[in-house]
Amino acid sequence: MPRVGLFIPCYIDQFYPQVGLATVTVLERLGVEVDYPTAQTCCGQPMANTGCTDQAAPLAHRFFEIFRDYEYVVCPSGSCTSMVRTHYDDYFQSEPAFEPFKHRVFELCEFLVDVLKIDQLGGKFPHKVGLHNSCHGLRELRLGKGSETVGPAYNKSRQLLAGLNGISFAELSRVDECCGFGGTFAVNEEAVSCMMGLDRVADHETAGSEIITASDMSCLMHLEGLIRRQKKPLRVMHIAEILAEAMTP
Amino acid sequence: MPTATEKFNHADDATAFVANHARAKWHDQALWFVRQKRDRMANSLPEWEALRETASSIKAYTIAHLAELLEQFERQATKLGAHVHFAKDAAEHNEIVLGILQQHGVKKAAKSKSMLTEECHLNPFLNRHGIDVVDTDLGEWIVQLRNEPPSHIVLPAIHIKREEVGELFHEKIGTEKGASDPTYLARAARRKLRETFMEAEAGITGVNFAVAETGGFVVCTNEGNADLGVSLPKLHIACLGIEKLIPQAKHLAVFLRLLARSATGQPITTYSSHFHGPRPGGELHIVLVDNGRTDILRSDEFRRSLNCIRCGACMNTCPVYRRSGGHSYQSTIPGPIGSILAPSRDAETYYSLPYACSLCGSCDDVCPVKIDIHHQLLTWRREIAVRGYLPWSKRLSMRMMSLVLRRPWLYRLAGSLGRFALRWSPRFMIYNGLNAWGKQRELPLAPKQSFRALYRQRQAKNGKS
Repeated sequence: MPRVGLFIPCYIDQFYPQVGLATVTVLERLGVEVDYPTAQTCCGQPMANTGCTDQAAPLAHRFFEIFRDYEYVVCPSGSCTSMVRTHYDDYFQSEPAFEPFKHRVFELCEFLVDVLKIDQLGGKFPHKVGLHNSCHGLRELRLGKGSETVGPAYNKSRQLLAGLNGISFAELSRVDECCGFGGTFAVNEEAVSCMMGLDRVADHETAGSEIITASDMSCLMHLEGLIRRQKKPLRVMHIAEILAEAMTP
Repeated sequence: MPTATEKFNHADDATAFVANHARAKWHDQALWFVRQKRDRMANSLPEWEALRETASSIKAYTIAHLAELLEQFERQATKLGAHVHFAKDAAEHNEIVLGILQQHGVKKAAKSKSMLTEECHLNPFLNRHGIDVVDTDLGEWIVQLRNEPPSHIVLPAIHIKREEVGELFHEKIGTEKGASDPTYLARAARRKLRETFMEAEAGITGVNFAVAETGGFVVCTNEGNADLGVSLPKLHIACLGIEKLIPQAKHLAVFLRLLARSATGQPITTYSSHFHGPRPGGELHIVLVDNGRTDILRSDEFRRSLNCIRCGACMNTCPVYRRSGGHSYQSTIPGPIGSILAPSRDAETYYSLPYACSLCGSCDDVCPVKIDIHHQLLTWRREIAVRGYLPWSKRLSMRMMSLVLRRPWLYRLAGSLGRFALRWSPRFMIYNGLNAWGKQRELPLAPKQSFRALYRQRQAKNGKS
């Protein structure tokens, strides 16, 4: 079984430790040897997305040095994974080892489906789940087919969830519209960001979601913030939490 | 145009638009409806993605060979009897058009939709010189009557409700008070616009595609107003940006299939009118405008934005545009593509537009010519920081954040302190005017321990180091 360097986004480390632990549980139950290098902090995305690439560059180099020797790097976030795989190139133009490395960095569901070749995980999760397709996972990592594109349908997160016994899906009217988090966008454009989020929440309510899940906790942090403020009877769970719960006897 | 004293920030205008929640919701739904129509149309063509790829490579070729294609177009169009003019900027474009109109003693011109003439602010310029220009596209005419710019490049009056159109028409053209039936209003507009078509001494049109090989060009409309506008007068002036060129006539087969499907979810525009030289006894002038396009052409990062065929699909899909309205961008071309083009022209004024984006990437995937819009917006953010247009508060916070994140001990410390403060501070300390996150949202419930602490304990329990 492969040896995996676990890449836990900074906000998961600080605010959602249970998501990190669930990721470890899922990987270990599948026989993966997991190692969490404690020198890691943040991939640098907030700075890069603000345009402050000088501030992001040292974090990108730290990341590479910390993780470069692992066979695979796995992360429970499509957005942070995409930061490394899609947006790090500029920082490593004189580092030939980066190119092969970035293709070993995987989002969790992608790793389970593409590397571990898992069709069905087993276990049960008897709930009605609304899947939020987080943008960077969907449109940068292509973890599923976006509604904009024409071609055969696939969705790696949904495929894993669909294999759980008892699960049902709430079918949304807008299957992959952005939740409005968008990093610093959430505060820069607070009004639009919150309207986008509330529209997503309303779509889930209409569709009858009991739990909103996503492969990115940042989207869920934003949606949960709105849900708690409005005291709505919805819950959010990272997909790793659902998979870990289902796999735990 | 924002003034120097009040610095334009998209977020302010967006906040004002969202404040009228019912209208913002209606606007969002109206454009989402167009996006869904586009999806259905795209899905009706199994070769859709191949078509986009082809269009993208034709445009890439065109942009790479623009100088020679422009010369070829000029040669061919001249051979067909057209007069070809080149304008380096908006002012020169306006002067050329005015000169032609004055030469012919024109007092009234009928104009069909042209974002280029909007970009050059041709209407007010001609008005100042005593020439009456009437926009004959229904939506454009509505915004012209309201004395405001279009809010969308394909659907110029998408921000206006039909009841408001009814009031406007009642006031301006004497329709019945309170009438808001679209058919009734459209008929009234048609009657009124017919007068313009009859009276106009010149027709001004935009151009969707100019074909270098033939010297001809194509104008796409749904209302036939371009054809009507140039059918009676002897004088036709066609204005276009230099990026509107395509190499060969056969390439129209690619672009015409993509344009209407992407724009409005129609298989093709109702009218795709081909012009090859002046009509018998008439005069045709073609004005090719640069107005900053060669600057974009020279930039490796943003060159691909010249691929744009102005279909507006990126606006219809943009979750921000749909909820903030086209006017919130304060730029002739709003929305995602406009947020690349506007800072190319004036980065200091439009610094906030690349940030009016959640980086969802939906625009890239609807774009019929595959412009990597959200990546270019990200590149613009870097440019804006490099050129020093980013507010100091943002620069400082990012620098502080980076300083902390480079030092694991400091990061751990800051994390613990932050979580402690979140758990124990009274609510008013956290939720106040300084916390934009907390205006409508709760912050996450801060756990006692971080993942890394819990992981260490777990490893110790399992007998691992």
